[in-house]
Amino acid sequence: MAHMSLDSLRRSRRAFLQSGGALVVSFLMPIPGVAAPGASGPWPAKVAADLLDSWLAVNADGTISAAVGKIEAGMGIGTAFAQIVAEELDVAIERVHIRMGDTATTPDQRGTGSSNGIIQGVPALRSAAAEARQALLGMAAVHLQTPVEKLAIRDGIIRAVDKPARSVSYRDLVGGKRFELKVSGKAPVKSPADYRLVGQPVPRIDIPLKARAEYVYLVDHKVPGMLHGRVIRPPRAGAKLVRVATGQKLPGLVKVVARGDFLGVVCDREEQAIRAARELRVDWSKPEAMFPASYDALYAHLRSATPKVTQVARGGAGNVDEALAGAAVKVNAQYEYPFQSHASMGPACAIADVRPNEARVWSGGQKPYPLRKAIAEVAGLPLEAVRVTWMPGPGSYGMNDADDAALDATVLSQATGRPVRVQYMRADGTGWDPKAPPIAFRLRGGFDTGGALVALDYEARGFSGRVRANSTDGAGDSLAGQLIGGFQAASTDLFQFSDEAYKIANKRKTSHIVAWEKSLATGLRTAHLRDPDGMATCFASESFIDELAAAANADPVEFRRRYLANPNHVAAVTAAAERAGWETRPSPRVKGVASGVVKGRGIAYAPRAGAIVATVAEVEVHMASGVVRVTRFVTAHDCGYVVNPLNLKGTIEANLIQSMSRTMHEEVRFDDSRVTSVDWLTYPIVDITEVPDAIDIVLLNNRPDAESKGAGEPASRPTAAAIANAIFDATGVRIRRVPFTPEALRAAFNAAARGA
Amino acid sequence: MAKSIDIVVNGKRHKVAATPDTSLLYVLRNELDLMGPKFGCGLAQCGACTVHIAGVPFRSCVLPVSAVGNRRVTTLDGLAERYRDTKGIKDPDRLHPVQQAFIDEQAMQCGYCSNGWIMTAAAMLEGKPDASDEEIRRGLTGLKCRCGAHMSVLRAVKRAAMTMA
Repeated sequence: MAHMSLDSLRRSRRAFLQSGGALVVSFLMPIPGVAAPGASGPWPAKVAADLLDSWLAVNADGTISAAVGKIEAGMGIGTAFAQIVAEELDVAIERVHIRMGDTATTPDQRGTGSSNGIIQGVPALRSAAAEARQALLGMAAVHLQTPVEKLAIRDGIIRAVDKPARSVSYRDLVGGKRFELKVSGKAPVKSPADYRLVGQPVPRIDIPLKARAEYVYLVDHKVPGMLHGRVIRPPRAGAKLVRVATGQKLPGLVKVVARGDFLGVVCDREEQAIRAARELRVDWSKPEAMFPASYDALYAHLRSATPKVTQVARGGAGNVDEALAGAAVKVNAQYEYPFQSHASMGPACAIADVRPNEARVWSGGQKPYPLRKAIAEVAGLPLEAVRVTWMPGPGSYGMNDADDAALDATVLSQATGRPVRVQYMRADGTGWDPKAPPIAFRLRGGFDTGGALVALDYEARGFSGRVRANSTDGAGDSLAGQLIGGFQAASTDLFQFSDEAYKIANKRKTSHIVAWEKSLATGLRTAHLRDPDGMATCFASESFIDELAAAANADPVEFRRRYLANPNHVAAVTAAAERAGWETRPSPRVKGVASGVVKGRGIAYAPRAGAIVATVAEVEVHMASGVVRVTRFVTAHDCGYVVNPLNLKGTIEANLIQSMSRTMHEEVRFDDSRVTSVDWLTYPIVDITEVPDAIDIVLLNNRPDAESKGAGEPASRPTAAAIANAIFDATGVRIRRVPFTPEALRAAFNAAARGA
Repeated sequence: MAKSIDIVVNGKRHKVAATPDTSLLYVLRNELDLMGPKFGCGLAQCGACTVHIAGVPFRSCVLPVSAVGNRRVTTLDGLAERYRDTKGIKDPDRLHPVQQAFIDEQAMQCGYCSNGWIMTAAAMLEGKPDASDEEIRRGLTGLKCRCGAHMSVLRAVKRAAMTMA
């Protein structure tokens, strides 16, 4: 406990006692399988995943601690994990404590990404809990001199069925002790028919604490002797640090840390660090402009640049070029999707305590295990000398700025020899977080003389969404590593294909990746943002299907069903339309030029990694101002078996609102040498006055024998297309570039009215 | 550093070491170890740092600590106690109706912004417990939630309004 202040312990203790649940206060609990945390390193390279004690412990007080190599990204997964453990072990959920994302004490599952928390976390915990249950039953059989078949468990107490007076508790059997067993993976798991917690709408364990200001976020964590750091980023992309003024009197200044083009200040107090970062006199070089000067220039570049690499998707059909050449009716369209920011509610925070021989880092990023390697690299320490402890941050939605802050804090702590807390300012968060990549699309379709769709050609040209890697395995993947220089980044090419299952005789999808690696040390480096590329590719693909439906004078739902064969896909589209009370007719609703306030509805659908989502958007469009309001969403959501439907509905609603925000408002602004979106005025997001009157959700295939699919992101995917299709239905005007700002829409409506 | 300023927060008087121009937020979080108000933007654009000063919501990130004077500051950490004191409620577990409604409606995702919504809604409903849906939306405009939990927030504030009206 060397690193915990008494006060934060008190708070954590209070929170722990009041929560009865999933808190990240690992230092308070016996740690399965490993040395007591808080103790000095070295720490194991990996917590042994084959040992039951690594996953699960019965504490001396009879509570259960379970560990998982995932993290809580603000969607309540900790509650789902507690449900799983409580279910298999037959204990009350209040007695289960879930620990996550500590490289010294929780098994390495890399952390959370690609909506894999449930997919990977649940089987691991279920397997461990089933193993523990089997072991406990075996011990009880000996203790009670009763065969296992004649034992029953209720809330952690095992009784002889015939003689209920004979009982023994989990605590009496192993409380505070280790199991000393391997996870065989063969212990029988409970039949879903017997579930009493899994599948139920269990309220989230963390919410009462959050509503009372008792939940300990990373930003609330304090380390004795902690100093405060802030970073100073280059004023122009590619600017080199020339000179830092010396002898400047800045209150509380402990150190100015300059390494390569990395620059930071460390002060005694937080407000002093903010002031020092603002007032420090620094000279930077003035390099050539690195960015396109505008979105028009950016999209022109994407469309004209020679790609660094091109891939044609597998699963294509026929000969698209021939089919298009011979088509009776041809439809072409271009779509554009901009840079977008994670813009987490709190700019990233991290605390690092780097000593000569070891380092502890507290981070809010999704993947603490790879991050450990990057920390070791930048600090020049062996892996075993580094411990990264995840603590809850604001929602991250992918590779946000959290890992960068961890590396910055590491550099500043190492330079001062003291623990340093860094919290970014808003401009560091919005201006410098890794961005979702922009993509320019061209789609072409062709109908035969009978009106059947016979050709579909999809072409995407974009920057890879993994120029900045989707985990921080090396210092070069971080901003600090890039600015210091000399570290390699693990950039990879992530191809940008739409996901859909339309059966068309001639079909081709091509993704061109345009080089953008020069952006790695800038605020326009590209990385994963919720459902990486999914919103963009679905916007293009499902808008175009709608354009084809209109060209065929067909109802958009009926047109989709005509070309979908997979019954689950058809079911999702049908369920969304039925719940919405879909009026079957071609779009647009009005012929000619719309005026006043007009209404419309649109649908879009997409599969994502086995999940399927179909969303209907209903909109009201004010033609004169260009203001669009989504009045209702209806989403049919098939992610297989749902551990916690209450929680899932919250996650789906939030995905819909966030993706609506991204559709209506969000594009990162920049000029030729810097990001100019630096706060909530220059990177506007949705306001509560704009949200729909209602969201209806239909869950499909929610039954125990349907495998659970990742559900953290899929509901974001079809939103932009659904809204675009609804606007077309209402106005007859097709919007082909995100975001749908009033200015952009007014311009489009005016152009349409002029017949342009 | 001489402790020259004193402020009353959640019913207790504190001497603080910060310079007068330090924003109230940093004093609350770093000197008083409160966890309710959060740093979100430092620009009064998001509301995550909202506190009540003499019952009125303020964005503590841009308010110098010296501007508080003798007015009492209430943070989310002390909101329930303040409510119980005002209403003469003895049950130590009773929360402010807005807090309770946020729990009942599961009205958050990550919860980092919840402080702003709860504190703003609490002040709004104390002044106008019978606020209409439209008034609730307008009363909460400007607050940011990046996760998109707005629908559940609206349900929670409506529920709280029904309790308080």
